[in-house]
Amino acid sequence: MSSHFNVFRIGISFILMCIFNKSTEDSVPELSPQKYFNTLQPGKASLAYFCQVDSPSTSVLLEELNEAAGPLQDYGISVAKVNCAKEEISGYCGKEKDLMKAYLFRGNILLREFPTDTLFDVNAIIAHVLFALLFNEVKYITILEDLQNIQNALKGKANMVFSYVRAIGTPEHRAVMEAAFVYGTTYQFVLTTEIALLESIGSDNIELAHLYFFHCKLVSDSTQQCRRTRMEQSLTTLNIHLFVKTMKAPLLTEVAEDPQQVSTVHLQLGLPLVFIVSQQATYEADRRTAEWVAWRLLGKAGVLLLLRDSLKVNIPQHTNVVFKRAEKEVPVEFLELHDVNLIISHVENNMHIEETQEDEDDDMEDPDMDIQDDEVAETVYRDRKRQLSLELTVELTEETFNATVMASDSIVLFYAGWHAVSMAFLQSYIDVAVKLKDTSTMLLTRINCADWSDVCTKQNVTEFPTVKMYKKGENPVSYVGMLGTEGLLKFIQLNRISYPVNITLIQEAEEYLSGELYKDLLTYSSVSVLGLFSPTMATAKEDFTEAGNYLKGSVITGIYSEEDVWILSNKYAATLPALLLARHKEGKIESIPLANTHVQDMVQIITDALLETFPEITVENLPTYLRLQKPLLILFSDGSINPQYRKVILTLVKQKHLDSLTPCWLNLKNTPVGRGILRAYFGSLPSLPLLVLVNLHSGGHVFAFPSNQSITEQSLVLWLKKLEAGLENHITILSAQEWKPPLPAYDFLSMMDAATVPHPTRKEPEYKKETDVQESDKEQHEDKSAVRKEPVETLRIKHWNKSNWFKETEKSLKRDKELCSKVR
Amino acid sequence: MGVSAAAPLWGPPGLLLTLVLHPTVCVRSHWDYCVLGAGPAGLQMAAFLQRAGRDYVVFERAPAPGSFFTRYPRHRKLISINKRYTGKVNAEFNLRHDWNSLLSHDPRLLFRHYSRAYFPDAGDMVRYLGDFANRLGLHVLYNTTITHVTLDKDQGAWNGHYFILTGQKGQTYQCSVLLVATGVSVPNQVDFPGSEYVEGYESVSVDPEDFVGQNVLILGRGNSAFETAENILGVTNFIHMLSRSRVRLSWATHYVGDLRAINNGLLDTYQLKSLDGLLESDLTDLAIVKDHKGKFHITLKFFLEETSANQSADSVTLPQDDNDNFAMRVAYDRVIRCLGWKFDFSIFNQSLRLSSGSEFSKKYPLIRASYESKGSRGLFILGTASHSVDYRRSAGGFIHGFRYTARAVHRLLEHRHHGVAWPSTQLPITQLTSAIIRRVNEASGLYQMFGVLADVILLKENATAFEYLEELPAQTLAQLGTLTGRTARHGLFVLSMEYGKNFSGPDKDVFFHDRSVGHTEDAWLSNFLHPVVYYYRRLPTEQEVRFRPAHWPLPRPTAIHHIVEDFLTDWTAPVGHILPLRRFLENCLDTDLRSFYAESCFLFALTRQKLPPFCQQGYLRGQGLASTESLQRHGVDSGLLQDYAALDHLDASRQPGHHRPGGHPPAPGPALESLDGNREEL
Repeated sequence: MSSHFNVFRIGISFILMCIFNKSTEDSVPELSPQKYFNTLQPGKASLAYFCQVDSPSTSVLLEELNEAAGPLQDYGISVAKVNCAKEEISGYCGKEKDLMKAYLFRGNILLREFPTDTLFDVNAIIAHVLFALLFNEVKYITILEDLQNIQNALKGKANMVFSYVRAIGTPEHRAVMEAAFVYGTTYQFVLTTEIALLESIGSDNIELAHLYFFHCKLVSDSTQQCRRTRMEQSLTTLNIHLFVKTMKAPLLTEVAEDPQQVSTVHLQLGLPLVFIVSQQATYEADRRTAEWVAWRLLGKAGVLLLLRDSLKVNIPQHTNVVFKRAEKEVPVEFLELHDVNLIISHVENNMHIEETQEDEDDDMEDPDMDIQDDEVAETVYRDRKRQLSLELTVELTEETFNATVMASDSIVLFYAGWHAVSMAFLQSYIDVAVKLKDTSTMLLTRINCADWSDVCTKQNVTEFPTVKMYKKGENPVSYVGMLGTEGLLKFIQLNRISYPVNITLIQEAEEYLSGELYKDLLTYSSVSVLGLFSPTMATAKEDFTEAGNYLKGSVITGIYSEEDVWILSNKYAATLPALLLARHKEGKIESIPLANTHVQDMVQIITDALLETFPEITVENLPTYLRLQKPLLILFSDGSINPQYRKVILTLVKQKHLDSLTPCWLNLKNTPVGRGILRAYFGSLPSLPLLVLVNLHSGGHVFAFPSNQSITEQSLVLWLKKLEAGLENHITILSAQEWKPPLPAYDFLSMMDAATVPHPTRKEPEYKKETDVQESDKEQHEDKSAVRKEPVETLRIKHWNKSNWFKETEKSLKRDKELCSKVR
Repeated sequence: MGVSAAAPLWGPPGLLLTLVLHPTVCVRSHWDYCVLGAGPAGLQMAAFLQRAGRDYVVFERAPAPGSFFTRYPRHRKLISINKRYTGKVNAEFNLRHDWNSLLSHDPRLLFRHYSRAYFPDAGDMVRYLGDFANRLGLHVLYNTTITHVTLDKDQGAWNGHYFILTGQKGQTYQCSVLLVATGVSVPNQVDFPGSEYVEGYESVSVDPEDFVGQNVLILGRGNSAFETAENILGVTNFIHMLSRSRVRLSWATHYVGDLRAINNGLLDTYQLKSLDGLLESDLTDLAIVKDHKGKFHITLKFFLEETSANQSADSVTLPQDDNDNFAMRVAYDRVIRCLGWKFDFSIFNQSLRLSSGSEFSKKYPLIRASYESKGSRGLFILGTASHSVDYRRSAGGFIHGFRYTARAVHRLLEHRHHGVAWPSTQLPITQLTSAIIRRVNEASGLYQMFGVLADVILLKENATAFEYLEELPAQTLAQLGTLTGRTARHGLFVLSMEYGKNFSGPDKDVFFHDRSVGHTEDAWLSNFLHPVVYYYRRLPTEQEVRFRPAHWPLPRPTAIHHIVEDFLTDWTAPVGHILPLRRFLENCLDTDLRSFYAESCFLFALTRQKLPPFCQQGYLRGQGLASTESLQRHGVDSGLLQDYAALDHLDASRQPGHHRPGGHPPAPGPALESLDGNREEL
């Protein structure tokens, strides 16, 4: 576990301990006024609530008071309930029930009196009491002038903690007061409840509470303003504590050691470190940069200047920034950032993850290796009790396999009952069967290779799941598409016709090209390919037939090679041999010459033709476009794309501006996972539409087209030019992290080692001469006892981790106790 | 032949006759492979050679295959189980419980079609072997007794020499490779005074009537001894069994050659205070004397030496003279010797340097882990005679074991002489877990020859793919390259099956309380037969194999994984068996072997520079795994998948300052994180 989490644990238990202390204390003592005043000690603060004997209405307050007693005692403040008898003459005893009050004394001097309604809960009680006691340490102001005056007074002398809380007695107020109790002598604390004051110092997005650290001590010139750092976290005692600690740390440290080894207070507080790599030649400039960055990152990360020249370890040549996360095990990142803002954004982007990790803190404390983290295995397992409509597919066996696939055109799913991916796909397979019910001549079958392992081996099936199509008189064809309903349905439907379709009439060819001929297949193949050959072109025809056969199931192909083929070649201006590509969606027919083209090239031409110029990118088609190895220019759109944008992109494509890119768009309605992508890029969901360039194949930089600009041809071209010139800043860099094992495995080897230590090496008893029966009996007896002993030893190993963990917590608890007592 | 056929044109007629006759008399004198013995092992090897189209012959002295089974076991009941029903249809799995069939591609040649008995009759075995040879058309020369085998050095021969076999009529045969599958055919005899009074198992009467009212002493404590006792238990006065060491019960030792429960009726009556009993003593110290009534008395060789040779038997000192409660002081009517068999070394010439093994396995010839004789290259021992490799451990001396070792030898030979590398399947790394799970659940060779044969998985560069080799003799691992023609440059896994280290033994209490292990983290303590996966970063050396830790079938690996023992031997539980295996493989390979739906791969493809192997090898090649509505819902419930369509709303609810309630399932960000698990847990 990283130190980061340890700190949090300490912090959290620090608070917890203080609360626990309270619960162990006796509840608030009830005293008579006389007795109470006798207990007061000089210099000691005490809060007393005076009430009528047996007055029931005050019980809520008393409960809160009871609860506050513990924390207050930690601050050295005693709490008491004073019962006023009717005849009591003490002035503190109110005459009427309503007038009962609480009083704060130091020694026997009255400091404040509190009407009961101000002490509405624990937080209010503590906040008010500390506020009264720390009257000098915490200045309460209402106007800007006061703030200015205090600042001026502090310049060159001390720093200031300025906080705004919405009201006195809020939890935030309490947190500030508790911090002031600890740090009040070191820093000047200033408090306001005036929102106007906050606005006047330029805060926006004013929330419940704010806290600023004013660096006044550094200021030597009285005309200068104190620099200030805003605390970004919510106001809790712990957060303020951590924040103030980081403020105390040196702004910039110079180091000349391996970044992996460097540790500062920041790491201990769970904050990352940023190393600005410096060389002698540029030292001054680097230091200025580093200082600037340090100020920007104050409270978020520690900044260090890494002197490359005196460094013993090697760091990559172009690296100018090294980023080290607080987590010990994570290796440092070597970055090359050409804009200081990028350093800031890098840190801030990574902070986001940190925050989310806190929620998982508990899970990660003790990673359970037995918890399934494979999404396919887990979902299939959770779904195991659902009845699938398996009856829609024919289950084959060793006996029926051959007869079935010989008798009819069949699709066979080879799967294994225990194989999660197979079983996930089986669901889609059943869906296909449902969709094809009563309409298809194709028989959908399946065979469980866990049972009929020999059949599968004979069919050359070595991995699961495998889908094969068996057609009469043809070799079985393996399905290599997506393991899903749509993909398989397309494969089956397109395989209803033979490939390539032999067309013999001009009329038929026209129908083919117009899409009339295979109307029902157009949903599966939006392009129809027709090869035109004169009857004598035997080789070309053969090659095309082979290509068509190769592509079966993915695109419709046809062949025309009658004497009158010239009619078509003339009409479509194609020189024979040629391909006609009919794009049915766009209603366009284009021709491609085929002279001297080999099978592979034909396949390539047809495959390329299937790609669109500005496709809607989907889960299914992304891999096809990734194969082009170009950066993706993605327009994210919530719903259909604005035709205006399509026009812009298509124009730029035509003008060859986008040749080095793959322009595409993503419809969040069809591909909701796009939201996850946007979140990864921006940290939150930005407003749409939005144009993003993702450089997947080199460097993983992601650039966003400025959201304040409208997407026009000019602005886009300009932006792309700037990108090319390296003038644009990326919004994020995609993680280049390798996929490592998600969790460790059981280390059986060391468990075995641990278990064998008590038994020194023993010779194999079986090989011993069996002369002395008695002796061997004895030894075997020992053997037996060893067998029984071992489980006990394992238990010890098993629980070692946990008991160790307890020890650790105990230690940290002890430390926390010390902390509490120190505070006291 | 061409020359001799042309000869009549110009050669003298007499000479021609001899020239032509010579080749016709011998018919053929050379074969690439000669198999000695048409028993189960010889036929098994012949079947492999036949299928590979090799030039081979089998020599059998009897007129039909399996002559051993025509006489033995004497009481005709085979103790190898013929389990016809397992509730499973997987043929490979069913071989785990079929101890009699040989391996072939003909499903009709399964022993269950030959007998309905759980412990079948030996006659059925003879019939089965006959069918096996006939149906597969194996080349067997029956009625051919090989009386002598010697070597003929020849540089051109495959092994630098030919094996010259001499038949009973003086014919000679030349063989490049000699496969000896003659079994163990010579009865073990112990030489002591009076051993001439002892009847042998091989010839003793099997008719119980012949034993009525007799006192019987049986020498030996193996299955043949108990089988003989079992037969006459009901009619004798009592049976005493005498052997050098204590009885070894197969259910305690997990060795099928030890005393099987089916034969142990006498143990029952002995322990239930009948008159029968077991005694332990070294037979070589004993002597048997016959008194004037023809009864036999046990005495010590030592006493016999004291008395002079011409004294009558009745005056020989007996132990009870000194020690009047000597256990065997009673006179016996019969003494029967059931001491097992040994290999017949007599036909092999000295030049073959075929010697017997060490003290405990001297009844077997000395061979290497590859079943090749240590003395001469090209001479392999198959079948029961090859049992020295795993004597008293695994099933190598029995049909259900040596059918696999014969296959291993055949594969080694295919590589050595025909350039056919050991058969293997190459698969992408994403199939690694399932490839292992598949074998673990069905492989019969690993199951029967536990600790001896092992599957070897050779990793390809960068661990993107692997090559799967089945059932290699584990201890030849160091010679993997030369024996199989495959290389292990990038690390390897070895899969074997093992009993718990301290579980098996002659007097182990195998029924002790808490003997079974259920927790995955205690898997290494499993006692019953369970799969074990060894990981080696590099191929172990011969040195490491030889000096491996005691009781280990393999040298110490880089990491080891035990799949926890399973009562049903069904290792397909997603969390109990598959998940820990995956974690082990992942940590050895330092990668993430989880499977992902296409949508997750899509997300990774656009948000990370690297993809997990499953997405690389599936999704990126257009073979992503689509989810279904129901699975997606379970995924969201489990927190492993995310409902991106609902992301908007979640986002809206996360107002600034709005605290997420504790204990709530992690909102969008974390779920995305939980998919790419490679963070700081390690």
